[in-house]
Amino acid sequence: MTRTSDIGVMDKTRNIGIAMTRREDERLLTGGGRFLDDLPFGDFYEAAILRSNYPHARILAVNTDAAKRLNGVIAVFTANELGPILKDLPPKVVHPKLNYQVRLAIAKEYVRYIGEPIAVVVAENRYIAEDALELIEVDYEPLGSVGSTAEALKVGAPLVHVGSETNVAVHIIQQAGDPEAALKTAPHVLSETFEVTRGGGHSIEGRAVAARFDEVTRQLIVWDNTQAPHYVRQMLATIYEVGEDEIRLIAPADIGGGFGPKAQFYGEEVLIPWIAMEIKHAVKWIEDRWENFVSATMERSQTHRVEVGFDEDGHLLVLKDVFEHDQGAYCVGLQVPTITMSTLPGPYVIPNIHSELIACYTNIVPTSSLRGAGRPQAVVAMERMMDRIAEHLGIEASEVRRRNLIQPDQFPYAVGLTFRDGSPLTYDSGNYPELLDGVLSRIDLKAFRGEQAAARKTGKFLGLGLAMFVEGTGIGPYEGARVRLTNRGRVLVSLAASPQGQGYETVYAQVAADALGCDIGLVEVRHGDTSFIPYGQGTFASRITATVGPAVWEASGELRADIISVAASLLKTDVGGLDLRGDAVEVVGDPEKRVTLADIASIANVGRHGMSVPRDLPVAIERTSYFKPTQAVYSSGISAVIVSVDVETGKIEIIRSILGHDCGNVLNPLLVEGQILGGHAHGIGNAIYEEAKYSRDGQPQAVSYLDYALPTAMEVPTPELFHVISPSPLNPLGVKGSGEGGTIPLPASVANAVEDALRPFGARICELPLTPQRVLAAVYGLPKLES
Amino acid sequence: MKPSRFTYHAPTDLDEVLDLLAKYGDEAKVLAGGQSLIPMLNFRLLAPAHLIDINRVSELRNYLLDDSGLNVGALVRHRELETSPEVELAYPILHEGLTNIAHVQIRNRGTVCGSLAHADSAAELPSIMVALDASMNVRSQSSQRSVRAEEFFRFHLTSDLDSSELLVSVDIPALGTGTVGVFDEITRRKGDFALVGAAVLGTWDSGGKIQDCRIVCSGVAPTPLRLREAEQFVSGTDLSDDVLVGVQQLVMESLEPTEDIHTSAEYRKKVTGVIVRRGLARLTDQRRAIHV
Ligand SMILES: Cc1cc2nc3c(=O)[nH]c(=O)nc-3n(C[C@H](O)[C@H](O)[C@H](O)COP(=O)(O)OP(=O)(O)OC[C@H]3O[C@@H](n4cnc5c(N)ncnc54)[C@H](O)[C@@H]3O)c2cc1C
Repeated sequence: MTRTSDIGVMDKTRNIGIAMTRREDERLLTGGGRFLDDLPFGDFYEAAILRSNYPHARILAVNTDAAKRLNGVIAVFTANELGPILKDLPPKVVHPKLNYQVRLAIAKEYVRYIGEPIAVVVAENRYIAEDALELIEVDYEPLGSVGSTAEALKVGAPLVHVGSETNVAVHIIQQAGDPEAALKTAPHVLSETFEVTRGGGHSIEGRAVAARFDEVTRQLIVWDNTQAPHYVRQMLATIYEVGEDEIRLIAPADIGGGFGPKAQFYGEEVLIPWIAMEIKHAVKWIEDRWENFVSATMERSQTHRVEVGFDEDGHLLVLKDVFEHDQGAYCVGLQVPTITMSTLPGPYVIPNIHSELIACYTNIVPTSSLRGAGRPQAVVAMERMMDRIAEHLGIEASEVRRRNLIQPDQFPYAVGLTFRDGSPLTYDSGNYPELLDGVLSRIDLKAFRGEQAAARKTGKFLGLGLAMFVEGTGIGPYEGARVRLTNRGRVLVSLAASPQGQGYETVYAQVAADALGCDIGLVEVRHGDTSFIPYGQGTFASRITATVGPAVWEASGELRADIISVAASLLKTDVGGLDLRGDAVEVVGDPEKRVTLADIASIANVGRHGMSVPRDLPVAIERTSYFKPTQAVYSSGISAVIVSVDVETGKIEIIRSILGHDCGNVLNPLLVEGQILGGHAHGIGNAIYEEAKYSRDGQPQAVSYLDYALPTAMEVPTPELFHVISPSPLNPLGVKGSGEGGTIPLPASVANAVEDALRPFGARICELPLTPQRVLAAVYGLPKLES
Repeated sequence: MKPSRFTYHAPTDLDEVLDLLAKYGDEAKVLAGGQSLIPMLNFRLLAPAHLIDINRVSELRNYLLDDSGLNVGALVRHRELETSPEVELAYPILHEGLTNIAHVQIRNRGTVCGSLAHADSAAELPSIMVALDASMNVRSQSSQRSVRAEEFFRFHLTSDLDSSELLVSVDIPALGTGTVGVFDEITRRKGDFALVGAAVLGTWDSGGKIQDCRIVCSGVAPTPLRLREAEQFVSGTDLSDDVLVGVQQLVMESLEPTEDIHTSAEYRKKVTGVIVRRGLARLTDQRRAIHV
């Protein structure tokens, strides 16, 4: 791959800013990675889960007798046997107006989506467990169901939650300025409806939980490839009604992708450890691909009705967006739609904003955050309209954007709305004109328009699409790091959050080594085990760099001060004259006078049993720091794509894809690039390929990769990357998140490009993904096709 | 996604295979490359009590190309034929079809005969075999027969084979002078089954007219679909632009394709016309290449 990025480097550091290759890669690339199902558990039973076949039904009876009798079956559980843990699994983000509906780990009276757990079989192995599933008889009374927000909102629609008055989960309005008045007086108003469909996270490793009650220590040990080990432990402690220290939750060091769905809390995480305690035997459950399709949370389906008002020059005067969000059968959290609400205005000065959410329950697996988390949809709504303004006024889409951008001297910029973290939507820093210029310096606009016109004459249709975004990252409440000097004279950094391929072992060694001023080879990073550090929140929302980063930086800085103090006491000198070089502290100018880290550990940590030490000698060299951000930090970016559309077949070819990105200071350019490349692939999938189709009543239609077009390396072009660096003033490293920026703008920019290509046909692209069928329908102006 | 319990048989010669098939019939499935069968077992769409693995049967392993044509044994992998320069030279249409099947990893294992026996209506090879007028050599313990490709494919995922029969090999007749053919398809992703695909074959005569044209589509019907009207429309013409526009129109108007989760009937109708036109246009390019 060509390396096209030009990422800046922080000054005066030795490791931060360097494109270090990942420490994790050797084991991962040589087949040495150990994912949950690879761990040498030994004698663990395996569980399989019977899941609902109906999108909505009342369960009249479940007969497990035949399954229990099958040779090799250990036990079968239904809600009847699981009374003590039939408790609400609370949503992550709520709202006072939420039409709250209880979600249980396992269905009791009703099932509300295909894939909802009904029974758990534990057997000697998974094969037998699946044989037993076929022997369980469920007596269902099918009920009416809805497979989309459009269906859910129809008058007289079947109710997802019997007894509730409506399928609306929450209806929220946020406003800035006076949008209604502005819409009345704006010289130009355009409106459109856009639909973005469902798609999944599709981590290569599905979800997985294993558990064993350790009779010796009387502790429950749970292995869970979650993005948020401490969150899961806390939920389990609450549901099981035990102290948090009675549960040790371990997220294995190697996790095959997360992307958001693994940051949620699921019924299986409650069921498996509990069952292990009930049957007094270790159990594991490994989600298979089919289960991943029907039971892991998904995202994206929203319908936006957007109106923009603007003046003759294309200056935005008002934005009004009313959107339906598909919450699925239960509310796992309102984070996604609330992020959509506040991502809408993006990098533009918009004096009047109306952002209105109608979240609905549907009979589909619940939705939650997925790389991009509500932002790609908001960007579709906003950025598609920017192109429509350009078309309406007959000016370049890039020029309309330029005229509306927030300027670099306007930061901090208060948008006037509230972000998902509860704090005011106030952008900390950025340089949006530079992002736009970055694209325009790489694409000769005039030449392109010439080429486009010439190509049209030969029946070839080229198009250029842009999309810009601002992305809230690095949210609270806190994240921590514990840094310790070990008996071998090495530094051990322990993190609460678990990575799923992001390279924490590498990048936090870089941060720690620079804060300590020691050789990076002495620093080791471990993560994802609640026994390493008491509290944490987890990996999600592109938050770790901007929370764990500063925590590692602070804790390591404090550890350095302790180490130097011990050395000063031992060398009988002043701390001012000492420095940490390699593996020892030296007197500056007199390197003979030195004390190694191993000796420091031996004296200050190991100590001599029962002996007193001098008053000025720090002991137990270990520091823990929790960084608590005051608000989100705002990354930003731009995507530009050039496409060629075959108007006879609807196939889209991406000729060029350019991504400009600003995540503040870059700790490791290689890792950031990797995040953006992966995100870009995901964005291409959402734009052109991925579609989790459901029938009107909620039957999933695409439950394997035969039917669900996840893009492969063959479909994803290599983007040209460039970076703008606007350090955040809100944390000591000046960093912001970069995990999602590659995904966010692509659905909008690709749709803009296709519409630009098809302008001679007056084609309207309002639904994603851009399947050949949809593109052809747009070319021929066919009515919307039913899927 | 674990298969249900089955007994695994690994015969080493053809007679043994046929005996096992005779014995277990309906209860058994033949395992060739496994690229279609194993997913179906894992999804429990099939739950055969017996699996008869033919991979150790060396007499099924070869293909033979001679003046009379090409014989492809039941264990010949897609990739093996695809990478044979002789086969590419003799049957460019077959080579082109093979490169459109899935990805290299799958073509390394999947077999040509397995694909034909599997009879997926959106697969490449069934249409190509109909276009090439291939014959299936079918055997059971007690019988032996040859079935023309056109009669072999009965319905989506259903061939003419009965449960005691093995597709031993496929015979493709040699192409005459001036015979050219192409395969083209539209897929969502590289390597997917065809939304629509078309095998187009014809013979240029010395007068610059295309004769005996065969147009066979994948993905539009429960079996490979011959577009006979279109074949008649173009056969005997010079495939001028007018003819091409005309045949596209004809296909778009007359085709009544199937609709499924992958795409609509409307889409298939329009696009089949397009790829048939484009395929025929390429026959003209090929004519120049072979200097007829
Ligand atoms: C990801 C993926 C993508 C794919 N994409 C395509 C594609 O684009 N186009 C395409 O055509 N195919 C595609 N395939 C299928 C692939 O080509 C298969 O290899 C082929 O369809 C079956 O061949 P096989 O040798 O693997 O057969 P198997 O899977 O072993 O068997 C398939 C069926 O045929 C029967 N069978 C096999 N051999 C015989 C025989 N000699 N006699 C009687 N019955 C027999 C089996 O019992 C079984 O019912 C794809 C497969 C995968 C996994």
